Amino acid sequence: MTFVAKPEVHHPQLPLNEIGLNRRDYEGLVSTLCAGCGHDSVSAALIQACAELAIPPHRFAKLSGIGCSSKTPNYFLGNSHGFNAVHGRMPSVATGANLANRSLYCIGVSGDGDSASIGIGQFAHIVRRRINMLYIVDNNGTYGLTKGQFSATNDKGSTSKRGVPNLYEPIDLVSMALDIGAGFVARSFSGDKGQLVPLIKAGLMHRGFAFIDVISPCVAFNNHNGSTKSYEFTRSHAASVVAADFVSPHEEITADYGPGEREVVEMPDGSRLHLRKLEEDYDPHDRAGALTYLQQAALDGEVVTGLLYVDSDGTDCHEILDTVDTPLSVLGEAELCPGQAALDGINAGFR
Amino acid sequence: MRPLPVQFKMKVTDIGNPDYFHKVVDCQWGCPSHTPVPEYIRLIAQERYTEAYMVNWESNVFPGILGRTCDRPCEPVCRRVRTEEKPVAICRLKRVAADHKGDIRPYLPPVPKKKNGKRVALLGAGPASLAVARDLLPLGYEIDMFDRDPAGGGMMRSQIPAFRLPAEVLEEEVDLILDMGVNARFNYEISSMKEMLDMGYDAYFVGTGAPRGRDLDLPGRQESDAHISIGIDWLSSVAFGHIDSISGKVIVMGGGNTAMDCCRTSKRIGAESVTVVVRSAFHVMKASDWEKEEAMDENIPIVNNRPPKEFVHDNGKLKGVVFECVKPVEDENGRLNYVPTGEPDVYMECDHILMAIGQENHCPWIERDVGIEFDKWDCPVLDEVTFQTTHPKVFFGGDSAFGPENIIWASAHAHQAAISIHLMCQGKDVRRDRPPEGINLISQRMGVHEWSYDAEHDPAKRFIVPHANLSKALQNIKVEVELGFDRALGLKEAQRCLNCDIQTVFTDNLCIECDACVDICPMDCITFTDNGEETDLRSRLTAPAENLAQDLYVSGELGTGRVMVKDEDVCLHCGLCAERCPTAAWDMQKSVIHVPQLGTYPE
Ligand SMILES: Cc1cc2nc3c(=O)[nH]c(=O)nc-3n(C[C@H](O)[C@H](O)[C@H](O)COP(=O)(O)OP(=O)(O)OC[C@H]3O[C@@H](n4cnc5c(N)ncnc54)[C@H](O)[C@@H]3O)c2cc1C
Ligand SMILES: Cc1ncc(C[n+]2csc(CCOP(=O)(O)OP(=O)(O)O)c2C)c(N)n1
Ligand code: SF4
Ligand code: SF4
Ligand code: SF4
Ligand SMILES: [Mg+2]
Repeated sequence: MTFVAKPEVHHPQLPLNEIGLNRRDYEGLVSTLCAGCGHDSVSAALIQACAELAIPPHRFAKLSGIGCSSKTPNYFLGNSHGFNAVHGRMPSVATGANLANRSLYCIGVSGDGDSASIGIGQFAHIVRRRINMLYIVDNNGTYGLTKGQFSATNDKGSTSKRGVPNLYEPIDLVSMALDIGAGFVARSFSGDKGQLVPLIKAGLMHRGFAFIDVISPCVAFNNHNGSTKSYEFTRSHAASVVAADFVSPHEEITADYGPGEREVVEMPDGSRLHLRKLEEDYDPHDRAGALTYLQQAALDGEVVTGLLYVDSDGTDCHEILDTVDTPLSVLGEAELCPGQAALDGINAGFR
Repeated sequence: MRPLPVQFKMKVTDIGNPDYFHKVVDCQWGCPSHTPVPEYIRLIAQERYTEAYMVNWESNVFPGILGRTCDRPCEPVCRRVRTEEKPVAICRLKRVAADHKGDIRPYLPPVPKKKNGKRVALLGAGPASLAVARDLLPLGYEIDMFDRDPAGGGMMRSQIPAFRLPAEVLEEEVDLILDMGVNARFNYEISSMKEMLDMGYDAYFVGTGAPRGRDLDLPGRQESDAHISIGIDWLSSVAFGHIDSISGKVIVMGGGNTAMDCCRTSKRIGAESVTVVVRSAFHVMKASDWEKEEAMDENIPIVNNRPPKEFVHDNGKLKGVVFECVKPVEDENGRLNYVPTGEPDVYMECDHILMAIGQENHCPWIERDVGIEFDKWDCPVLDEVTFQTTHPKVFFGGDSAFGPENIIWASAHAHQAAISIHLMCQGKDVRRDRPPEGINLISQRMGVHEWSYDAEHDPAKRFIVPHANLSKALQNIKVEVELGFDRALGLKEAQRCLNCDIQTVFTDNLCIECDACVDICPMDCITFTDNGEETDLRSRLTAPAENLAQDLYVSGELGTGRVMVKDEDVCLHCGLCAERCPTAAWDMQKSVIHVPQLGTYPE
């Protein structure tokens, strides 16, 4: 935990984005997490991604539950909206927020405890409903905030700091999200910003539910030998299957690709996603194939990362419900309450 | 990926090499005497003025004088220029230490009553000779100092006007050294080196400065001689009271420090009007920016790009000067050439001219057959490290060595020459046996979040030094213009220093590559990446490292095969990396640079 706040002074050449802000303008309060926590790197990746997207900070809504991970929205995007919900109940609040104001960019940050244990029911339903948001789980395989109990994503056989093995099968949130209809599913690592930042940008621009499971080591309780969520284990077992480069609408393509090496996915806002397969037999548009691949890889002890699935013409809850384009939050009383005559008409329809 | 061949990788930084961290302390590196600036600034912040003064005195010898007059090569290189805008007022903080110090006597090095049997002659009593005396006296040398002037101090006394350097301040620091036991032989004109050598000293130090002012041989020069003075001769006549007024319209020719002192002095002793005319452009004038500013604040016009053509006189009575009109044009090498603008020549009326167009080191009294070789520019042939001439017993330093410089260079030369004299007198080799540089690194961690220094960054802008009331200052040459920072302002300015000597020291085998330091660093100094050759590596960092003058700190290989690369350029020394690191792979350690110097003053 750092007590000295980061001073405002910044690198003299720190670039400004298209709306005249620099990366530091997207920071939040000083983090109170343990020094070296992966979650802080996820926050740093979010800061970088949002700055690069050049979206004004007040256009974001940050939502979280309870846990170290769920504390992090305090540490990025200081000038945005936010709601720190009850343990495991962030999806309900996110659903409400998104339905009320569809113009905001919704970022949910949760933990493996928050989403895979107490909040598993809520998690499943927000995936099904395809709420238009980026949902990040800072996955450290432990309940960090309550001092290191095994969480539901902890691998069977992985040991606690004292050497006691975990006896239960893990829940893989990535497989679950794939299974029940998420339009954008990725896994990454807090220690690999090169991979994580473009995924965050793409997830924010994706229409529908975008899910990123970020392995984010807990230095205090789950970074020892025997853990399968440590820095060392993740680094030595992570294998990226698909690399995604995010190219914003006005950006020149700088990366060099050989013929047939990439696939371009158009995003709703005009940005493009350049997918590069790093693994021959992996197809990021094949939901069932992806599930099989992931399950086999898990048996082989491999941590599969990258953009695992993307549905380029994904839908979201507003489309499913056919809501008005104007955010409900700015509709006046006249539009929201069409009056007795309209109600009578509706009631008559049920008779 | 195949490992890169060795030649395409940067070497692991050797932080045991004293120069590596010394360079990070930009001010100390830039100071010719390598004064440990952040150390004394911290002492000022703790209101320990006496200790702050002594840290200075040990390394630059004249803190009170330099705190008012130093050329401050440390300030333009101060890190604060790169992280924000204006440097720390390093020089004026030195003055704060001098103005507020207590009794320094207990801290002075003892001078043995019993001498070591070696006699050294110091020729000239300027800062160079005085500093040599100070270094040698504690070791038991017998010191004889010769000068034609009636008192010690050299040009610090004869040239720097009292409104910049009050006599008491000068005398205090000069006398301090003389009172250590110098046999002063003032009013002594040295007219022959042969004679001096015949006196049989064990060593000679020539610190006679660069006492000859340049002249301009233009039409009318001879005839108007009575109304044209050489700037440095005129200033010394004012300093010693032989001249106490000047009348009519004065033109000062030249754009250096001497010109600025001449014009400001004229304004104070009766000139009707004063104009500085410079042949070159404003921005390339030799005078420091602050000296130009001060002259202009006193409403002295500076006219640039006007080379003189002719002195106009009426039967020997000076009437004015004709100047050509030129403009600077940059050639492809960035050098300025002056080409005529085509405008007609300008004529400026004047009654007196002060010529301040440069000085030379000139020793007509050194016979050319005594074994001291001179080069084709009539300068002594010197070893740049030892300051030894081709005569093994004769050393040079200060302005006499390589031409006019300033006080801080004089003291830097003096330290080196004193080492050489000592080695020579002890029968050692002046080159081979020189003491090496050294470095100590001391952790500043006091607790989990506690450092022994004030790590927090203070965003304050540079504080302005208060000045005396202008009309009062212009009436009396002895009224000091700058009043100096008082304690309160001094404390505030001291907070701006970034403590560049509190180094970020990285231990590679402790690092778990969690990125915490990368994320917290406010200045984007730190990167974990694959090694490469320098230009490539510099382009791949969190923030591109474009300042080639600043080194990269490259670690050994880490667990992932990557290396840690830190660009030292704009590091705030805030210690956040060390606070954030879960494994203490970063630590903040104070670098104490051991700059070789004679004497055993307490560290
Ligand atoms: C107008 C002016 C203003 C300056 N202002 C500054 C300033 O603000 N800050 C700064 O850092 N520097 C300044 N300088 C430069 C600075 O004064 C010199 O660089 C410095 O004094 C050099 O020291 P020194 O010991 O080498 O020689 P000097 O100070 O020149 O001392 C040499 C001594 O040798 C004596 N001497 C010479 N020949 C003989 C002889 N034949 N017999 C007997 N004695 C002899 C001289 O009388 C003199 O006392 C200024 C210089 C001038 C001209
Ligand atoms: C309703 C409720 N039950 C239990 C808790 C105690 N609790 C707080 S945080 C937490 C687990 C957090 O784990 P995770 O979501 O993985 O976050 P991490 O701290 O690991 O980032 C638990 C069980 C609570 N705050 N509220
Ligand atoms: S900030 Fe302080 S230590 Fe750093 S260069 Fe400037 S004066 Fe020296
Ligand atoms: S001390 Fe550390 S955190 Fe602070 S600026 Fe320097 S490298 Fe960055
Ligand atoms: S914070 Fe420490 S352990 Fe983490 S990457 Fe930096 S130096 Fe390594
Ligand atoms: Mg957790």
